[in-house]
Amino acid sequence: MFEEYLEMVEGEEGKHDLILFALSTCGWCRKARSFLDENKLPYRYVYVDLLEGDSQKEVFEEVKRRNPRKTFPTLVIDNEEVIAGFNEDKYREALL
Amino acid sequence: MNPDFEPEVLEFRDRLEKEAEEGGYHLNPDREMTLMLAEGLLVNRKRYGYLLCPCRMGEGVMERDLDIICPCDYRDADLDEYGQCYCALYVSREVLEGKREIKGQIPERRPEPEELERKREESRAKARAGRESMPLWRCKVCGYLAARGNPPEVCPICKAGRERFEQFSLGGDGPPVPLWRCKVCGYLAARGNPPEVCPICKAGRERFEQFPL
Ligand code: SF4
Repeated sequence: MFEEYLEMVEGEEGKHDLILFALSTCGWCRKARSFLDENKLPYRYVYVDLLEGDSQKEVFEEVKRRNPRKTFPTLVIDNEEVIAGFNEDKYREALL
Repeated sequence: MNPDFEPEVLEFRDRLEKEAEEGGYHLNPDREMTLMLAEGLLVNRKRYGYLLCPCRMGEGVMERDLDIICPCDYRDADLDEYGQCYCALYVSREVLEGKREIKGQIPERRPEPEELERKREESRAKARAGRESMPLWRCKVCGYLAARGNPPEVCPICKAGRERFEQFSLGGDGPPVPLWRCKVCGYLAARGNPPEVCPICKAGRERFEQFPL
């Protein structure tokens, strides 16, 4: 299960269940994390580029399933809605 | 998250900026963003041996990632359309001067792998069908053209390496990419739109015309 690779970041109140698929080298991914951190939202994340072999494949499959364009960051909200790419307005609207 | 950057990152960012300005390109004025990306590029160089785009997932095999080695084959088209490259490392003059705002990440222009392979084959076929008496080489990053036996080791315009060139043909049913001519100095480039600034004489984009064939 890809969930075993997720890191937990604590926050204040958890209105949504958030999973962020990111690359450790990507500027937009860092902006996405900063947004979540600054707004004290709890979330789970994984840096897909830091995984290797089968674990990377497994997580990447999940990204593909959620976002066929396989771009980063991919944010999954409540196991339902997906925001592909970081856009502050979109994050604000969906999360705050 | 990581406001302290290593000296090599600061240095690398400054080098990118200097080279960008010399070639008529501009780094994003968001310094923090460009430092994060410079750091990501250096990490990728250590990890893969080449400057893989920091915001894309590569395959880790150079031949398959060629089009997304920084500067990627998609930078100039994205600068034209959105004023920023996919990672927002580079921006257009309008953005630099604050006349246009960048608000978030832009859509991915890179085709899916199957589509990419189809396009590669198509351009190889076009080149084979050409009437040129000598191969014509096009830099896929900036559109520079050179007629010679093999592509140059480094693109003299944008510094992309030899492996970023493709064989190109003006013949048959016309080139697959438009040709632009600088009316001031005569420089020719094969690319979607004329460059922001002529890399040779620095005349602005408005001084280019589409070259009739
Ligand atoms: S030019 Fe292309 S490869 Fe380089 S940072 Fe921008 S999007 Fe990534």
